[in-house]
Amino acid sequence: MRVSFTVNGEPRLADHVWEGESLLYVLRERLGLPGSKNACEQGECGSCSVYLDGVLVCACLVLAGQAEGSEIVTVEGLAEGDTLHPVQEAYVEAGAVQCGFCTPGLIVTTHDLLRRNPSPTDPEIREALAGNLCRCTGYEKILEAVRTAAGRIGDEGRAGDAGPGAAEAGA
Amino acid sequence: MEFLQPRSLPEALAVKAERPEAVPIAGGTDVMVELNFDRHRPEVVLDLTRVPELADWSGSDGGVRVGAGVTYTRVVAELADALPGLAIAARTVGSPQIRNRGTIGGNLGSASPAGDCHPPLLAVGAEVEVASSAGSRRIPIDEFFTGPKESALAADELIRAVHVPAATGPQQFAKVGTRNAMVIAVCSFSLALDPSGGRVGTGIGSAGPTPLRAREAEEFLQGVLESEGLWESGGPLGEPAAARFGELVAGAARPIDDVRGTAAYRVHALGVLARRTLGWAWDQYRAGRS
Repeated sequence: MRVSFTVNGEPRLADHVWEGESLLYVLRERLGLPGSKNACEQGECGSCSVYLDGVLVCACLVLAGQAEGSEIVTVEGLAEGDTLHPVQEAYVEAGAVQCGFCTPGLIVTTHDLLRRNPSPTDPEIREALAGNLCRCTGYEKILEAVRTAAGRIGDEGRAGDAGPGAAEAGA
Repeated sequence: MEFLQPRSLPEALAVKAERPEAVPIAGGTDVMVELNFDRHRPEVVLDLTRVPELADWSGSDGGVRVGAGVTYTRVVAELADALPGLAIAARTVGSPQIRNRGTIGGNLGSASPAGDCHPPLLAVGAEVEVASSAGSRRIPIDEFFTGPKESALAADELIRAVHVPAATGPQQFAKVGTRNAMVIAVCSFSLALDPSGGRVGTGIGSAGPTPLRAREAEEFLQGVLESEGLWESGGPLGEPAAARFGELVAGAARPIDDVRGTAAYRVHALGVLARRTLGWAWDQYRAGRS
């Protein structure tokens, strides 16, 4: 079947999609967007976190057809050109990346947290990131990156003003 | 495989009448796992996310009619005052990503003995509203679960909503797992106090072939609260009564050994959860009176 939706602000369509295929598979294998990672395929790890109509979801648990006509924002849609989103910058600076496999999902999840709650407490950060696993166990640096990003976004105003992805994902 | 995306409930029910084998999908948190791992390849998948009749909740005769498509995130954000037990349970489901997609109707439809929403729904005597193209019926929650992952839902029916009485007193839920997030309950327990009716409701999860009520424990606690005049006095609940309540809840469980825990552990833990939630709820009741 054919599936069409908006990804990172651009209308996209995929043909010959198998009816049982996940949104994650379509993004990675048919639309050339490998930022969302394919790891557990059961919603346990958060590596495929994307926005679906402004809601943070695991792309592996969305059936491709369910996304028809929707607005999707992936990790690729958060930066503005060559300018990284403040969340991405904070992860780079904190060195919150070991093998890097979980990083895209954590960045999208952090983005979602900060647009809902620009000044999260540590327990709030931990709860928001609870569905994202880092098998390198680099959580301390990840927490540090979230705190740094929160500080900067807080300085600049609402998280929703901080980047194009935020605007597309809706408030 | 066919993918069908009805835009109304009558349309969805017509599909189900004609193709009873169609597998409904909403948040996909159970169905997609089956598909991704090729454990199950249904001939027809019926997407219910575009059916507006399922998408919302509304107040109804002293309670809330929660549409089958309402997500855990919305239960937590919007129904914590009216349905505190269900909201506490919903908050323990999975992760933000899972709560954003998973639905009350999906939890009921999967009918897992470990479903987090089931104990609080049992504790308050909810009713599941199911519909087919022939009409709709309401199934008392006690009769809904018929076996592990089996329910009273007929092949041509869809879950439309669950009717949950509004709380009249404190409600609690607790579950045991290896961490706070992303946990399938090793065992869980929910308690609802109904001071206006002098009633106590219970629900046990993940410790039997279906979610269970602990009827003897309910009757015992109702008796203690009434005979000692505790509803009226708001006095402290004695430790022996709380301990006996825990024993009766543990005794109502019918667990098995599995990968998440042993039967003996579940029985022990349920006794603890029952005493603990009773302590919390009774403290809330006393605080609410002062």
